[in-house]
Amino acid sequence: MSVQTLVHVATASDPWWERMFSFDNYGALLALVHNSLLAGAVLGLVGGLVGVFVMQRDMAFAVHGISELSFAGAAAALLFGLDVAAGSVAGSLLAAIVIGLLGSRARDRSSIIGVLMPFGLGLGVLFLALYPGRAANKFGLLTGQIVAVDDTRLSWLLSISAVVVVSLLVIWRPLTFASVDPDVAAARGVPTRALSLVFMLLLGLAVALAVQVVGALLVLSLLITPAAAATRVSASPLVVPLLSVLFAVVSAVGGILLALGGNVPISPYVTTISFVIYVVCRVVGRRRSRRGWVHRPASGTPGARTEEAAEPVV
Amino acid sequence: MTSAAPLALQGAGLSYGPRTVWSGVDLEVGRGEFLTVLGPNGSGKTSLLQTILGLQPLTAGRLSILGRPAHRGSRDVGYVPQQRRIDPVTPIRARDLVRLGIDGDRWGVGRGGRALRATVDALLDSVGAAAYADVPVGLLSGGEQQRVRIAQALGTRPAVLLCDEPLLSLDLRHQHEVTALIDRTRTTTGAAVVFVTHEINPVLPYTDRVLYLAPAGHAVGTPDEVLTSDKLTALYGTPVEVVRTRGDRVLIVGGDEHSHHVEEAS
Repeated sequence: MSVQTLVHVATASDPWWERMFSFDNYGALLALVHNSLLAGAVLGLVGGLVGVFVMQRDMAFAVHGISELSFAGAAAALLFGLDVAAGSVAGSLLAAIVIGLLGSRARDRSSIIGVLMPFGLGLGVLFLALYPGRAANKFGLLTGQIVAVDDTRLSWLLSISAVVVVSLLVIWRPLTFASVDPDVAAARGVPTRALSLVFMLLLGLAVALAVQVVGALLVLSLLITPAAAATRVSASPLVVPLLSVLFAVVSAVGGILLALGGNVPISPYVTTISFVIYVVCRVVGRRRSRRGWVHRPASGTPGARTEEAAEPVV
Repeated sequence: MTSAAPLALQGAGLSYGPRTVWSGVDLEVGRGEFLTVLGPNGSGKTSLLQTILGLQPLTAGRLSILGRPAHRGSRDVGYVPQQRRIDPVTPIRARDLVRLGIDGDRWGVGRGGRALRATVDALLDSVGAAAYADVPVGLLSGGEQQRVRIAQALGTRPAVLLCDEPLLSLDLRHQHEVTALIDRTRTTTGAAVVFVTHEINPVLPYTDRVLYLAPAGHAVGTPDEVLTSDKLTALYGTPVEVVRTRGDRVLIVGGDEHSHHVEEAS
């Protein structure tokens, strides 16, 4: 049951800005979406952390591919009267396992994802077309909706999030090593292949969580954009995850708060906030790299300027 | 006090099914010794590194590091890879890469701490990379990256420093700097250096002994003993000529178009 049906704040006959932003009855609405806000915040935490590794491993495309299969799983569950969240988790994990097993090299991976993604999306569209129920439910899977998250659903989301976050913390160092420096990590005995599979599973779970809130099409806004923004302004292995989590939480929670009063899906708000954060970070980061990342003494080794210098001298 | 050699191979051999890559390798590399491993592509140089790292078991003989069998993840072996482009936005600074060399194989997040930071600073300082400790690795030049790599490999105070074509894709000046640094490292840390390369000339002045892996066998000895026309002709099973230039560079010219292997003066 969506919030809009509980408290009718705006209708299609209102002007577009009132359909986007309306803060009548805001207090009453807030109380209703308490659980949703908590879910959004936790999703921000998961997305922000996972995103750091997605960036390091250059797997943005995989995230998109997994989310389409997650959508197909959720749509199938909707059609067959099963639990939608369980369906989306099943779809995610299946996609993550296939991509993880078949695509250990980047080139293979991209083609496998390219094959899987339209198939998943097509299946999802088929299931939705066959589903006789309300259209709002269908659309929500793709573009997100603030569902009234009941306590059962919330504890379910929280448990999966806990699994993802705790697992990530346990494998944090070797996963970082294997992601940024695979050759040396393997030489040092780090089980790079096993870690890669474990990460794929965690990524699958994270995507399934995100699909619940922002929808399958816009999962990237919580799993990629915050981490991408963070890497623009810092290279510290401590600061980047913290900023990434902060950006993701602000996007998710901010998006829910703004979407409350409106009559449009939640995802435009979430994606816009995370996009604005990214743009600001790029501008800040650009200034930083133009000035040189740190002050380096000009003496020392003359001509030691980088062969692949990042910024042309302006 | 007698201590076991950093690296010892006795009758070591490696085969994949019926194909023998190398066999009967007897070799002991002492503290601070510089061993250069040469050979054409496919002669098993990389496999040799894999066995020393404990990632690939020998099919014959024994291999020991400080008297103990090689094992995966040994902290007694440091590894310097070839230079590889790292994306400039990858969030990893020089100091982080070095730190991963110390504790990147451990579970958990790691607490860092002052002692660890001091160790990392000292390592970076020892390779002359202190000035760019906080620069993302992707923004460093090839030569700078390789310095950081050496610091990373030294993080566990290894007895053996494995260098896997570390000069590849470096220009001549950086090749000299990096080899000189590796040479200095073996005297300061006492680590034995096993340097795999397809180009002997940059490391010739530092090389104590050469292990030459070739299609028809292998040879161990000083460069003067191994890098002769007779020896290499026997190893390749086809006429090979070794030419020494006046600048004391070595040119190896193969007679057979397919197996030939030219060490050009770069």
